[in-house]
Amino acid sequence: METKIMKTSSLLLGAAGLLLMSAVSWGQMTAYQESQRLNMEAHVGKYTGHAKDAEGTYRRYCVGCHGVEGDGQGENAQWLDPMPRNFTLGQFKCRSTPSGTLPLDSDLYDSIGRGFDRSVMPPWNTLTNQEKVDLVAYVKHFSSKWTTEKAGDPFPIPPEPEVTADKIQQGQVLFQKLECWKCHGVEGRANGPSSDTLTDDQNRPIKPYNFAEGARQKCGSTDRDIYRIFMSGLDGTPMPSYIDNVKPEEAWELVFYLRTLQQKNAYNAKEKAIAKQLGLKPIDPNAPVPAAPAAPAAAPGGQQ
Amino acid sequence: MKKQSKQKFAAVLLALVMAGGAALTYSPKVSAAGVSVTGTVKLDGTAPHQKGIDMSKEPSCAAIHKDKPVTMENVVAGSSGGLANVVVYISQGLSGNEVSSAPAEFDQKGCQYIPHVLAINPGQHMKIVNSDQTSHNIHPQPTKNNEWNKSQPPGSPPFDVAWANEEIAIPVKCNIHPWMHGYFAVVKGPYGVSDDNGSFTMPNVPPGSYTLTAWQETYGTQTQQVTVAAGKPATVSFTFKVK
Repeated sequence: METKIMKTSSLLLGAAGLLLMSAVSWGQMTAYQESQRLNMEAHVGKYTGHAKDAEGTYRRYCVGCHGVEGDGQGENAQWLDPMPRNFTLGQFKCRSTPSGTLPLDSDLYDSIGRGFDRSVMPPWNTLTNQEKVDLVAYVKHFSSKWTTEKAGDPFPIPPEPEVTADKIQQGQVLFQKLECWKCHGVEGRANGPSSDTLTDDQNRPIKPYNFAEGARQKCGSTDRDIYRIFMSGLDGTPMPSYIDNVKPEEAWELVFYLRTLQQKNAYNAKEKAIAKQLGLKPIDPNAPVPAAPAAPAAAPGGQQ
Repeated sequence: MKKQSKQKFAAVLLALVMAGGAALTYSPKVSAAGVSVTGTVKLDGTAPHQKGIDMSKEPSCAAIHKDKPVTMENVVAGSSGGLANVVVYISQGLSGNEVSSAPAEFDQKGCQYIPHVLAINPGQHMKIVNSDQTSHNIHPQPTKNNEWNKSQPPGSPPFDVAWANEEIAIPVKCNIHPWMHGYFAVVKGPYGVSDDNGSFTMPNVPPGSYTLTAWQETYGTQTQQVTVAAGKPATVSFTFKVK
């Protein structure tokens, strides 16, 4: 009798243990999964990163905001806006790859080194290249997506053409036609008609980028970065990808026009000078979209 | 001797067929001898008030609806007590894994999604169309598929989209026009979506015993057992209670 009770109770204990184990696997990785995923690698240039080697670095510099589980729920997270990235989702804003795909290792590497303007994420330039690549592998180990999917194919970015008045004007036409102003506003001041209703994927209010106020974009400051931002879209935010409907030459035109909207930028002297020469006025959203820009011959200056 | 080898051959063949059959039990083709399962979905109670939509921020869409104001579509009840936009699908008992090749289209018209709920198989292709004179961004927010967000300016060609995994249901929205919301119900096998009268048709259901699930965005799911006999169209009805 006693033995029977003991058997039953040990069986119950076993069942409870099993339940506990499966409960663990819902919420977080099991020890086994963790050890498997710690084999994650990252490759950037000549460097190979190993998740295992980044445990110390992550615990020292990242865990406070991004959390032990990489879910963006670190101790400091409650005080932050924007919130730290939740790595378990495998979803990233700054990518060279199409919307809905994983970024390249180099995209994550660049994000760590660049930091995120208008957030508390600083540029981690104090870390060595090897430490950063190891961290990329560690960031990847938090999401099972990296074990089932490959990074997306990066879309090509053709060489940047010379800025001309013509291209800036054509860019302005695109700014109206693509309705960038609906969120970013006619002067790029983040005050378009849809700007105050925007939410991110967690249903938290989010502001469009303010070209007039912001000196830098979150995903980089160069012309190529701007090109990449609107072509890839910023996954997890209201900013969609335009790559299906914007040709490469149009994308450069739009980049040049967006530069004219930036008031606090050091990279746009040329674009602003041309805009000034042209006497470029903000678009009128109520006017029909112009079919074509002014003829190049009629454009004052700008052409070299 | 000859006869023996023939028998042997037949036995091997039989074993092969059986093994093949066993291996295929997960994904044999749905037989063409399927019948349609039709039915109605009713709403028990008074449909909750649906908020009106103010489209004045988008004049091109507001103009389309100037004679008939539009409302949200969380619960769309017809005059005869029918409940629209309910997805009915086989949640258990389906042995086939056939992907419908039927054309599926999701239109953005008058700053509304038409249909409000689109059912589709995993792997089935759908077209996303922008019939409006304004830009939309199509922003599905799945949990079991990959999320993406694409802009579709007026006059641009349709997007061809397929979903890899079952998911009931993927909410889709337009960030530019925050009132726009709809669903993609990604379900395996035959499915039907109820119309304004609450009527639905699931075509080509092979004979068998199934659990049917009806999903409605506000009221959740209901299930029901049904047995479909060969050559005999079946009827089923669901009733959702107003909560």
